[in-house]
Amino acid sequence: MSATPTASAPQPAAPGRRGQRARRRGLPDLSSNTRRGLVAAAILFGALLPLFLQSGGGFIDDATLALAYVVMALGLNIIVGFAGLLDLGYVAFFAIGAYTMGYFGSLFHIDVNDGKGLHILVSGPAAELPGIHMNFLLVLVAAIIATTIAGMVIGLPTLRLRGDYIAIVTLAFGEIVGRIAINGDEITGFGTKLTNGRQGITPVDKIDLPFADPFTSLNLRPWYWVAFALVLIVLFVNFRLRDSRLGRAWIALREDEVAAVSMGVPLVRTKLLAYGTGAAFGGMAGAFLASYLNTVNADQFQFSFSIFILAMVILGGLGSIWGVVVGAVALSFINNRLIPDVLNNVPSKIGLDFDLTELSFGIFGFLLVIMMVLRPEGLIPERRRQIELEEGIEDLAVDETVYESRVP
Amino acid sequence: MAAANVPTARPVPLRALRSFLGTYGLILVLLAMPVAFGIADLREEGDLSRLGNNLLDGLSNGSIWALVAIGYTLVYGIVELINFAHGEVFMIGSFVSAGFFGTIGLTAATGAAGLVVGLLLTLVLAMIASGALNVMIERVAYRPLRNAPKLAPLITAVGFSFILQNVGLLWRGGSQQSIVDLIESQQELFSFAGISVTNGDALAVAVTVPLVLAMTAFIAKSRLGKAMRATAQDPDAARLMGINVDTTISATFLIGGMLAGAAGLIYALYQTTVWFFQGFTAGLIAFTAAVMGGIGNLRGAVLGGLIIGFIQQLSDNRIGTQWTPAIVFAYLVLIMVFKPSGLLGEQTREAG
Repeated sequence: MSATPTASAPQPAAPGRRGQRARRRGLPDLSSNTRRGLVAAAILFGALLPLFLQSGGGFIDDATLALAYVVMALGLNIIVGFAGLLDLGYVAFFAIGAYTMGYFGSLFHIDVNDGKGLHILVSGPAAELPGIHMNFLLVLVAAIIATTIAGMVIGLPTLRLRGDYIAIVTLAFGEIVGRIAINGDEITGFGTKLTNGRQGITPVDKIDLPFADPFTSLNLRPWYWVAFALVLIVLFVNFRLRDSRLGRAWIALREDEVAAVSMGVPLVRTKLLAYGTGAAFGGMAGAFLASYLNTVNADQFQFSFSIFILAMVILGGLGSIWGVVVGAVALSFINNRLIPDVLNNVPSKIGLDFDLTELSFGIFGFLLVIMMVLRPEGLIPERRRQIELEEGIEDLAVDETVYESRVP
Repeated sequence: MAAANVPTARPVPLRALRSFLGTYGLILVLLAMPVAFGIADLREEGDLSRLGNNLLDGLSNGSIWALVAIGYTLVYGIVELINFAHGEVFMIGSFVSAGFFGTIGLTAATGAAGLVVGLLLTLVLAMIASGALNVMIERVAYRPLRNAPKLAPLITAVGFSFILQNVGLLWRGGSQQSIVDLIESQQELFSFAGISVTNGDALAVAVTVPLVLAMTAFIAKSRLGKAMRATAQDPDAARLMGINVDTTISATFLIGGMLAGAAGLIYALYQTTVWFFQGFTAGLIAFTAAVMGGIGNLRGAVLGGLIIGFIQQLSDNRIGTQWTPAIVFAYLVLIMVFKPSGLLGEQTREAG
């Protein structure tokens, strides 16, 4: 314990005890070989998992959703975890990604090309339908471009802002995008509506990949594998970015903006790239989910969804890539499986007669509170933060919490 | 952006526009809607009574938001936490009031004296219930996380907000419930230059103004208020000066919750409906108001609440209810662009 007790820490023993706790709670130090082995095992497990599941069952459905949420949470982690910009409007990128899929892969533009439709590299049933139909991979690229631009546009007004003002401006953009999605059927131009309003856009094209059978809603395995591939890509990009010049610039900005800028970190570019990259992942997941859920439903794009994704990031451990993966999978399973499917039968088993679905909100909130109180630093804290907790708790805490010197 | 740092390269008209926007942009943004609608009214109807009515409704709605926003801003000023459960505390205040009307037998037929006494009782009860609830939330969800990373309490706040929403859902069901219209809130009390002042408007202003004045005086004059300001400025120094920071923080949550409870009562009487989801929207709006005025700044919260009330009414009445949230948030973004620390400037530790 190299920390020197300062005037602000009245009890010299306290930091040491806290440091030990922080050390005990982190992951054990593993050699790089063990680490690599674990990662390989996890990837293998993830890839082979669907073979042991019913191809149309509820579990694989939940797992696919969870993977899509992992992609989004990893994107948000870049903005909030790496760059330290609290974003409460992440749902905007989900919406924009989903609408990209809706625009370029559904009957939405039904009158285009005199009702004959426009088809780019699509096969199967979609090739016969009117409307614009593009190959999923092209839509994915379009969604990435659209959300990157949107992310940067949303980032622009926040450049001069600090801390929680960024949170409220991003929240505002998220709400504005959500409102436009719901009321967009009132806005027309170029002979088409902006969105379909509350009716939503449905059906949406199924994913259509070269060298693969067309996807169906009966066999969910290919969907799972596509989501898993997206997760792998995003994970790879995340790790490479974190260890890159840009990633270090993000972390430097997060730790101390003034110091980072005076050391030559370009503020505008670095922040905008954080927004753009994070948004792009949200757009990927949005396009995938639109196709997977077969609908672009305007009522999905609510503030609570942003909070849901943010909860995954904070619960997993801000800035910690594996932590965010764990947090996303955990919360997604709690929300989609544990509460509706597992806990629902509990009252009848213990002889009580009431409907637990009414309580699902409350249970979710209760679990959030419990998890956070038990492990406030997240399930798998980021290594850098852990070191800070061990060595510099006074310095960190004076800035970040009020209560630093409180004697427990 | 780099070009902006080279002043000689800029053409003169653009620079003039820039400095003009920098000075008057905010005022332009704020006045855009009322002035535009005022001109339209003058042209079409020849007087400004419609605009006046909009602004009056905005004033009464805005005073509800102001009461809730003060709670946000107080809590933020002292613990730097966005208390997401605050909107739900407001909702519970509404529910308690609505339930208590029935308990003490207030109906639309109750005489004036009985009504005043009954409503005062309800006000006190709603304030106590919401205040106690807020203190309880602080104890359970925020205090254990005092040494935790900054964002951790945000998640427990969200968790508590969900729990309270669920409580509301179980208490009064999932749909909007209308409650007895005790004060005949849409009844015109008097009219002035074509602007009709309803009972609801009068009640909102009559409850809000004394409460805000009392609370401002309390924070400015009393010992506890002084302790609150000291803790907000520097908790460590405050502790060294012998201030019990824990008690002070609890007191802050108590006051914030009490104001939210009062707002809940006004809302229930004014809108004559209660809904478990009302707190969510109200929380979002009130938080926006707090930020708009400059977070940590009490007068800013009141000003922000009123401005949002005006914007909402104008937009509800002229553009369409479904667009109101988007317009309120668009205003927020514009204000943040022109004044990054809120209208009246923030008062937090970070701001220095």
